[in-house]
Amino acid sequence: MSLELSGITKRFPGVVANDDVSLSLAPGEVVALLGENGAGKSTLMNILYGLYTADEGTIKVDGEELVFDSSADAIAAGIGMVHQHFMLVPVFTVTENVVLGLEPTTVGGVIDRDQARKTVMEISERYNLAVDPDALIENISVGVQQRVEIIKVLDREARFVVFDEPTAVLTPQEVDDFFGIVEGLKADGKGIVFITHKLGEAIDVADRIVVMRSGKTVAEVLPQDVTQQDLADLMVGRPVDLKVPKAEANPGEVVLSVQDLEVLDDRNVKAVDKVSFEVRAGEIVGVAGVQGNGQTELIEGITGLSEVVGGKVTIAGKEVTSASPRELHSMGVSHIPEDRQESGLVLNFTVTENMVLDSYYEEPYSKGIVMDWEYTRESAKRLVEQYDVRTPGTEVAVSTLSGGNQQKVIVAREFDRDVQLVIAAQPTRGIDVGSIEYIHSQIVAKRDAGAAVLVVSSELDEVRALSDRIIVLFHGKVAGEFGPDAAVTDIGLAMLGSGQ
Amino acid sequence: MSEQQNWVNRATGVGTSVARSLLLPTLALITALVIGAVIIAFSDVDNLQLLGTDTGQALSNMWSEVVDSYAALFRGSIGSVNSISETLFAATPLLLAGLGVALGFQAGLFNIGAQGQMLMGSILAAYVGIYLTAPAFLHIPLTLAAGIIGGLIWGGLTGLLKARTGAHEVITTIMFNFIALFFVQWILTTEGLQDPGRNNPVSAAIQETAQLPKLFGEEYRVTIGFLIALLAVAGVHWLLYRSSPGFEFRAVGSNPHAGSYAGMKVALVITAVMAIAGGLAGAAGANQLMGLDPYKATPSLAGAVGFDAITVALLGRSNPVGVMWAALLFGALTAGGREMQGAAQVPIDLVVVLQALIVIFVAAPGMIRAIWRVKADDDSAATQVTTSWGA
Repeated sequence: MSLELSGITKRFPGVVANDDVSLSLAPGEVVALLGENGAGKSTLMNILYGLYTADEGTIKVDGEELVFDSSADAIAAGIGMVHQHFMLVPVFTVTENVVLGLEPTTVGGVIDRDQARKTVMEISERYNLAVDPDALIENISVGVQQRVEIIKVLDREARFVVFDEPTAVLTPQEVDDFFGIVEGLKADGKGIVFITHKLGEAIDVADRIVVMRSGKTVAEVLPQDVTQQDLADLMVGRPVDLKVPKAEANPGEVVLSVQDLEVLDDRNVKAVDKVSFEVRAGEIVGVAGVQGNGQTELIEGITGLSEVVGGKVTIAGKEVTSASPRELHSMGVSHIPEDRQESGLVLNFTVTENMVLDSYYEEPYSKGIVMDWEYTRESAKRLVEQYDVRTPGTEVAVSTLSGGNQQKVIVAREFDRDVQLVIAAQPTRGIDVGSIEYIHSQIVAKRDAGAAVLVVSSELDEVRALSDRIIVLFHGKVAGEFGPDAAVTDIGLAMLGSGQ
Repeated sequence: MSEQQNWVNRATGVGTSVARSLLLPTLALITALVIGAVIIAFSDVDNLQLLGTDTGQALSNMWSEVVDSYAALFRGSIGSVNSISETLFAATPLLLAGLGVALGFQAGLFNIGAQGQMLMGSILAAYVGIYLTAPAFLHIPLTLAAGIIGGLIWGGLTGLLKARTGAHEVITTIMFNFIALFFVQWILTTEGLQDPGRNNPVSAAIQETAQLPKLFGEEYRVTIGFLIALLAVAGVHWLLYRSSPGFEFRAVGSNPHAGSYAGMKVALVITAVMAIAGGLAGAAGANQLMGLDPYKATPSLAGAVGFDAITVALLGRSNPVGVMWAALLFGALTAGGREMQGAAQVPIDLVVVLQALIVIFVAAPGMIRAIWRVKADDDSAATQVTTSWGA
């Protein structure tokens, strides 16, 4: 039993997405497929799963050459895929989602719910997934939803399972659980490929690491032979600085002061509970915490997007509690929202239009209500150049850019003016190493230019790399404050609510 | 962007390029005409009976009927000065109201209320047209302005309802259409507005100074209302693509969440857009009052214009210039359809069928792509090309 992709080439108009790529997978083996956005990982996996047809090359399962015209063919050959964005019906139960498409039926076409439920229970117990077969998808966490996807794949008797960026949406605890599940699958003889751009995961979990760059496999290495630095260099194709180079902070006056802040979430539950802290000019304060402990609401409360129910926010001595986003904008506050596609960009707008999304109304971009598009376009061209945004032009829809370049558009827009306070939420989530390196350097540059910086990230590594001071949020309260060199375990304990 | 917004934008054409947005409607028109030809050919019972006995003769009859019909359609729409006048005359209110609906689409709002906004505009315009005494160069713009204000208030109210309470504009605008209709039926029977000596809801005629001058001379029906509509095209285009409020409208329409993060006031945008959209429909209502003999307001003054305007906006992909072409096309079909009925004995209903076919094909671009083998511009291959721009 083995899976072998050899000599796969796939061309799209104007680009070779896969260029003579080969990949093999044995039962009970975990292969990490590492590469930046656009390196061709997803194309390769989509070919394996029958969503694309390769122009050249062969797919062999157990030595037999197969042609997949659709994902049904791939599934029949024992290949399963867990997509990054889950394919689940929120209002259906776990069981209903698992059997959707191949419902067991009794006489007369009635769905045999007992049989279906039993199947789900069996798989869940066998791999220690702890999934309630009767829970509604919309009521269970993302981590559990992912397990439902895994059950779906197993129910279809997959022998080879592909995970597309499985940890991108998980909390640190869920990531550990996930890799526990992967161990179980491995022990049961399943072959596993997981796509990732997180270097640590690849080294910790994989038996073999395949690195792709620009459509080619550039390296195939064993985890014990490489460091994260090696992998980063291989992925990007040049030496990369994984540590954020920065000098000692030189804190000045207090710029942002948050006192006893209380904010409700969208279910009207108090998500931020009497949080107080200060950020001074010339320092970066990082907010760490497991996703969902009030970080989102804290940012929305400070930036005037959610109603503040208690406490106050001052910027440079002026009270701005519940000030509108526009007032804050005019005070020199820049905000990198945590979800760039949902809140940071208008995806069908051009790069130019997105570059002025929050300053279109002021000079020099418009006079009165008349937009000066000529100036705006020139300015966008300059920003694209200056902030290294890789795009075919400034007049293309921003949706056609990669995640990293979309994020650079936001950074360019938010940083290219006089800024006294930077609020950056998840500034590098889901983007490639090259862009992360660049955005980090820009944030540090803003600090060095005298801005106060507040960074919120669910990646503890990112918070530690950037911050001069770290505060940890747990259940909406400050659960600890640390210096930049504090031990990871101490911070980790605070993130779980058991520190200090 | 939410899935739903995605769907709306695809259906309304928001965010697609101009060249791309012209190709599919043109192909849709051609396809519709071909299918229309088949319908014409098979709609004559005599020919169908003949088909069994003398197939050759039947086919030749069918062919000549199709040719005659389309020749009449062509003649009636652009074959003479009068035809052109009739086409422009029919296109004018569609264009004004269609711009209003398109503006709504651009801001993510589905305005079904053009009908009611037209009626309310016509009533306010009727008061000014009947009672104000002024020279034409003042009376005409003031009457028109009254029409605009009437529609503006009516549309703005539905916008305010959405902004304040979240009431969906599809529901409120439909309900406001009913309210407007019955309000107009009542107010047209009140003393001071009702035509003296009538007992049905009809207003008195507006004064001559408030009537729109004819564009091609007295014997042709088209008025300077058409020029006003063209000005509105330029105005809406400028608003959407050259002004900062228009930038806000489009941003909020595509991604209200990002709009509010960028400091835009979404509630204000919704109210403003519905008001301006209503104003444009109100202008269409005033045009029907001021440009159409006997220059009286009635509850049926809007005809089906308010609803056809939705079709026109969709067909024009919500782009002001596209809406202009769509309105002209619908005007031509209306004018040509009358000629087709008169000369070629083909029921005018066929025109409605043609319009419906065009809209179906525009709404189902996948079908047109399949028929004409046009490659989609948003397929996975294109997406793949662009992701490779990553660092």
